[in-house]
Amino acid sequence: MLDACGVSSAEELFAHLPEAVRLPRPLALDPGISEYEIVQYFRDRAEENANGYASFLGAGIYNHFRPVLVDTVVSRGEFLTSYTPYQAEISQGTLTTIFEFQTMICQLTGMDVANASMYDGSTAVPEAAMMSVRATGKGRVLVARSVHPEYREVLRTYAKNQGMPVDEFGFVPETGAIDLEDLERRMDPLTAAVIVQSPNFFGIVDEVKAAAEIAHKHGALLVMVFTEAVSLGILEPPADADIVAGELQSFAISPSYGGPYAGIIATKEKLIRQVPGRLVGQSVDSRGNRAFCLTLATREQHIRREKATSNICTNQALIALMATVFMTVFGKEGLRELATQNLAKAHYLAGKLKPRFSGPFFNEFVARFEGKSPDELNKALLKKKIIGGLPLGRFYPELADSVLLCATEMTKRSDMDRLAEVAQ
Amino acid sequence: MIEKVRPHPSQNEPLIFERSSPGKKAYQLPDLDVPAVDALEALGAANVRAEIAGFPEVSEVEAIRHFTRLSTWNYAIDYGMYPLGSCTMKYNPRINELVARTEGLAWAHPYQPEAQAQGCMEVMAKLEAALAEITGMDAVTLQPAAGAHGELTGILLIRALLEKRGNPRKKILIPDSAHGTNPATAAIAGYAVENIKSSESGVLDVAALEQIVNQDVAALMVTNPNTLGVFEENIVHVAEILHQKGAMLYMDGANMNALVGIARPGDFGVDVMHLNLHKTFSTPHGGGGPGAGPVAVKKMLEPFLPAPRLRRAGKKWAWDFKRKHSIGRVKAFYGNFGVLVRALAYILAHGGPGLRNATVDAVLNAVYIRKQLEPYFDLPYTQANMHEVVFSDDRQAKLGVRTGDIAKRLIDYGFHPYTVSFPLIVHGALMIEPTETEGKQEIDQFVSAMIAIAKEAESDPQLVKSAPHGTRTSRVDEVTAARKPVLRWKPA
Repeated sequence: MLDACGVSSAEELFAHLPEAVRLPRPLALDPGISEYEIVQYFRDRAEENANGYASFLGAGIYNHFRPVLVDTVVSRGEFLTSYTPYQAEISQGTLTTIFEFQTMICQLTGMDVANASMYDGSTAVPEAAMMSVRATGKGRVLVARSVHPEYREVLRTYAKNQGMPVDEFGFVPETGAIDLEDLERRMDPLTAAVIVQSPNFFGIVDEVKAAAEIAHKHGALLVMVFTEAVSLGILEPPADADIVAGELQSFAISPSYGGPYAGIIATKEKLIRQVPGRLVGQSVDSRGNRAFCLTLATREQHIRREKATSNICTNQALIALMATVFMTVFGKEGLRELATQNLAKAHYLAGKLKPRFSGPFFNEFVARFEGKSPDELNKALLKKKIIGGLPLGRFYPELADSVLLCATEMTKRSDMDRLAEVAQ
Repeated sequence: MIEKVRPHPSQNEPLIFERSSPGKKAYQLPDLDVPAVDALEALGAANVRAEIAGFPEVSEVEAIRHFTRLSTWNYAIDYGMYPLGSCTMKYNPRINELVARTEGLAWAHPYQPEAQAQGCMEVMAKLEAALAEITGMDAVTLQPAAGAHGELTGILLIRALLEKRGNPRKKILIPDSAHGTNPATAAIAGYAVENIKSSESGVLDVAALEQIVNQDVAALMVTNPNTLGVFEENIVHVAEILHQKGAMLYMDGANMNALVGIARPGDFGVDVMHLNLHKTFSTPHGGGGPGAGPVAVKKMLEPFLPAPRLRRAGKKWAWDFKRKHSIGRVKAFYGNFGVLVRALAYILAHGGPGLRNATVDAVLNAVYIRKQLEPYFDLPYTQANMHEVVFSDDRQAKLGVRTGDIAKRLIDYGFHPYTVSFPLIVHGALMIEPTETEGKQEIDQFVSAMIAIAKEAESDPQLVKSAPHGTRTSRVDEVTAARKPVLRWKPA
């Protein structure tokens, strides 16, 4: 090969680089190690994490069982090692599964269109806000304080330089649901979107319909956010929302210390050309057979450049595939049964504790513990190999005495009993 | 003679919805160990949904056959060379997949106490340090989820620093050879975009740049090596021009696989850059994601990095949330940790010398392909190339055969097409990137295929224009797909 290239050593291939830019020394990294040593390295790191603990953490990331079929499918090289399906003739596997994914998300959310996935739920929220701004020609966004606090932080980062003011409205201290009066008060003619989450960050099934009425009355769109996709197995889909922005981590995506996950954007037919990211559409091939391809690309950065609907390029195809396999395995009955089990577990736990809010909840709720601060409680629980709920003081100073607890189908009754004992 | 492929039967498979029949199940749940709860009572009747109309109902065997059959309709790196220029389709080592599934890592909750997450934090710290060494930069954030997300982070960092200095400035300069994400990113960060023309030799035009850079320019976004695969030889001077006017140099690290171990952006004047772990560091593309887009910066930009940051507290790692100059979060939690694990596994497997060897092999492969194909395809820019080479369809277009046709014909020869019609500065571009993954055998088969197609373009142009012929699906009508969008299945 060197002869064919007309050089006597591979180093000559770099001879054209100016001397000043060349690294005159080897990289200060250890020499390579074997497969066995790599496995050992990561096992050792895993040992430094929590092992064998029961956990009551939720707050946007949920502990659900991953059916075995999920990894069986996503480990196939044809899915794992393929690129974005721009070449439709040899990408029908990926394209077909994305089309199925888009369909399932529409069925779940009651929306007309869903895209091929976003990075995660937190980045789907600013994308939904930017969609609303484009669709309404207005610039302001009003977001509920009961939307995941980290999602709101991401929204602020994106909004800051786009002339998109972000204001917040509150929740009712008794119910934990959004404060509709506060929302009404803060609406103005410049508001492009009202953003609410359901179940909200406190686990409360929120008043999306009422929020939508207020938003629509003022000419704004209603964006509904969800972090717990399993809830859609039992909860009424948000038919009154204009855009649904959510996180699918609950659908067989391991928590993995924060990612990768898969976000979604789903919306009504009328907003189809405002959707960010990739979309798969149905068509036919030259022989007349049904075939799928990426479509409506004129919205996207590789065509529109600075005028694109978003700068997003990558989606989360493989993670979306995990969710697709999960939805297929659980299916119509299974997802409902799974949701019902979650509901039962969380209500069993709540029955032993003192929920702070009175609104209806799915698999998470906020609790207060008399005579114990959240940190004291969690310290006591850690001694029993239990990771307690999330102390809320970091995000809500007024809830500094409270903890957000989650129970899923994976949570054992015996662990809930142990937690309740320590909490006494 | 087509060496690499023979026709093989691929099975038909309907959509999963068309396979469904009522009552079929592929799931199992344990019996409830707590009392059942009446959903209507707990949630209120108005909050409880009817059944999910149309949702799948299949058995486990039907489910696995469905996805397995669909998978065979994909091409993949595991099948063969995937010469997509700019996309860096290298082998995805399976050890990466295994270690990312290590239970204590894969099941770590992002809110578990720091004392119970030290292993995850150590992995991230080690990767940050390795990427800083590889890029020659001072600090790294692992938070961005993908390349374009990293770009946005980087431009917001520049904006924050300039704001602190008193003026965020108005525009970002972007060469016409850049990826589309660059201008789209600048727009989201609140900047106007000024496209700058490449010189006749396809690199940055230094004289023109000197004229353009003024107090309104916040930064230049440059890809180096550029999308022609050519190293920007004046990069040090370019950085000086920008720095003299108080502007910054952003580097799109999409092509970093041409530089690892050879040259470091931090040493040639780059102030901020992103890396695509799914390109240079071998994490799988997975049909379009997930990726990860760490951003590396010089010291002056460190205070602005997204919060939280890793901090050493005695012998432990801690998250530092209190960073008053931070641009804020760009993503919930800390980044695509599972992707970070895979990238670190790749770095550990190669080590310093191995990473450099990978770079050398990638460049050798690309130069070899150039030499083999130069007699058959027009090469509009003739400077020394690095990890990729860009031809044009000039000769074939005269016969009515365009780059897109040659790409489709390549499928019949058993290869994935190269990148078509990009970069935009090459008319009818054929952008070829072999990566270090390919050995001489696979490359020679690819070269033979390309030469055979060049000859077919002369002898039987229609054969090329109507390709592919051997695939399960022939050319898809993309115009109708866009004109009458059908984006979901509905029952007949």
